[in-house]
Amino acid sequence: MAGNKSTLNLTTYRRKESRLAWLFSTPAIILLIVFLIIPFVWAIWMSFTNMRLIPNPNVPTKFIGLENYIRLLTDDVFHKGLLNNFYFVAVVVPIQTSFALGLAMLINQELKGMNLFRTIYFSPVVTSMTVVSIVWTLLYNPDEGLINAFLQAISFGKLGPYSWLTNTKLVFPAIMLMSIWQGVGFQMVIFLAGLQEIPISLYEAAEVDGANGWQKFINITIPQLRNTLIFVIISTTILAFRLFDQVKVMTNGGPSNASMTTMLYAIETGWGRLKIGYASAVTVVFFLIVLLVSIAQRVLTTEKGAKKNG
Amino acid sequence: MAEKKSKPLFNYHIRKRIKNGVKYVLMILLAVFFMFPVVFMLISSIKQDEFQVISDMSTLRAFVPIGDLGLQNYKDVFQSLSFSHQFFNSVFIMIMTVLFGLLINSMIAYALARLRFKGKNTLLSVIIALIIIPFEAVAVPLLIIVNKLPWFGGATTWLDTYHVQIFPFIADAFSIFLFYQFFINIPKDLEEAALIDGSSLFGIYWKIVIPLSKPIIATVAILQSLNAWNRFMWPLMVTRGEEVRPLTVGIQSFFGQSPRLWGDLMAFASMITVPVLIVFLLFQKWFVQSVASTGIKG
Repeated sequence: MAGNKSTLNLTTYRRKESRLAWLFSTPAIILLIVFLIIPFVWAIWMSFTNMRLIPNPNVPTKFIGLENYIRLLTDDVFHKGLLNNFYFVAVVVPIQTSFALGLAMLINQELKGMNLFRTIYFSPVVTSMTVVSIVWTLLYNPDEGLINAFLQAISFGKLGPYSWLTNTKLVFPAIMLMSIWQGVGFQMVIFLAGLQEIPISLYEAAEVDGANGWQKFINITIPQLRNTLIFVIISTTILAFRLFDQVKVMTNGGPSNASMTTMLYAIETGWGRLKIGYASAVTVVFFLIVLLVSIAQRVLTTEKGAKKNG
Repeated sequence: MAEKKSKPLFNYHIRKRIKNGVKYVLMILLAVFFMFPVVFMLISSIKQDEFQVISDMSTLRAFVPIGDLGLQNYKDVFQSLSFSHQFFNSVFIMIMTVLFGLLINSMIAYALARLRFKGKNTLLSVIIALIIIPFEAVAVPLLIIVNKLPWFGGATTWLDTYHVQIFPFIADAFSIFLFYQFFINIPKDLEEAALIDGSSLFGIYWKIVIPLSKPIIATVAILQSLNAWNRFMWPLMVTRGEEVRPLTVGIQSFFGQSPRLWGDLMAFASMITVPVLIVFLLFQKWFVQSVASTGIKG
């Protein structure tokens, strides 16, 4: 930058620059080490011990090798939590992604009042999940709840009433529906940004060739949105594995663990039942899943995304 | 659509009108879907008769302000639940996290984007790798660490304090990345001119780069404020009394009491939601832009 300025003493300048750089970086580096890297490494180490949050004098903390992981293999509650996370991914990711894309295409048109609709669709995103969970618990009220009343009205009394949050089969779908309601606006905005980057000339050329709406969607919109689609699918998948707030507030994992999730189980074990070692093992499994998903994203995104720009 | 142009213009216009009409009906139905829980919450919160809240729920009366209306539920929440104190806690924690976060994350990002020093590339790759680690993956071990950390004045634990809810969230790898991406795209001309005029390197950061960075500052501030305001798991783990508890944990604990007072709960929920909705409506362009910018990641 300043290498050719004869008035500056280059060595002094470089030394100053380097000193300032470290001065600027140190606060963030220290915070990241203390609050992210150390606990992260420690979680891995603790997962091989029987550590408890409040040490029990009779059971000193010791290294127990893979014992925690072996126990996880036969832990039914953990399996239920993990299965629920996969269940959530299998249902919510496709529904929420296509719903968000549909919304984005709808609000990407030039119609009067579009701004208002965009604002309304996005507004659940800024509402805290804790609040959403409480309001929806009332909506899901088993006897006189609004959702039961709505179902009965549109089915002429044939459907319901259901005990949404106390029925082992319905509780997780109920939480999924609510999560889609709260989260879809976020993905909608990301898709909208992606849609607006597609050159209009592509669509115009297709129209000259006589392509219909569906053909334009399949041959232009989808390939052009490839990286955005991957990003949305992957980030929704990761969010699905982080699932905690809703289940903690609405059901605490019940009834009979029907709405247990991996994260809820880790927190209940570590913070609730003070078994830090075991909870760390759950956390490590959770992280490995997130890591795999993230790696999948990087592989998929760089491959063809680069080709598109090239 | 191209072939339709050959048909009479009149026909084309009618088709377009019908098409738009269908679109509007669809969009209004969707608007109802996205608005009904919030409207329901607000209307229920001003119904003072607890039984009416429940009995109105199975009809459209749930969305109509009728019956015994008033602010009694709000008064209850203020009087018996130390709402104002918990509101202060939430605001204080949010402001501190965001302000320190903006400063510290933009500083390291500036160093990475503009200054030359040994180990810069390694540091950048480490920061980008850290984006992958979700906070949930470190929450449990972090609980052990903060349980035993010292603080000024001889305290030996960080539990039940403000700083335990602020410090872990100040440095944020993703915010650093967003700042970094913005800084490397600022043209260097201005900074070089200032350097020739004899500005210090710090002066360049503070007087030139930061004023140019308003869009990214707004983006990071909005994302971090929303995260801080809505944060639930960590404060639940590290606060026990009402002293430093934020609103999210406060309402969850009130929700856990029986019998559930739905009118009061809806008033509490409204008071957490409405301030954010107002800020969102005022700055919605910025909100949407912030969210859109998270999509560039990776």
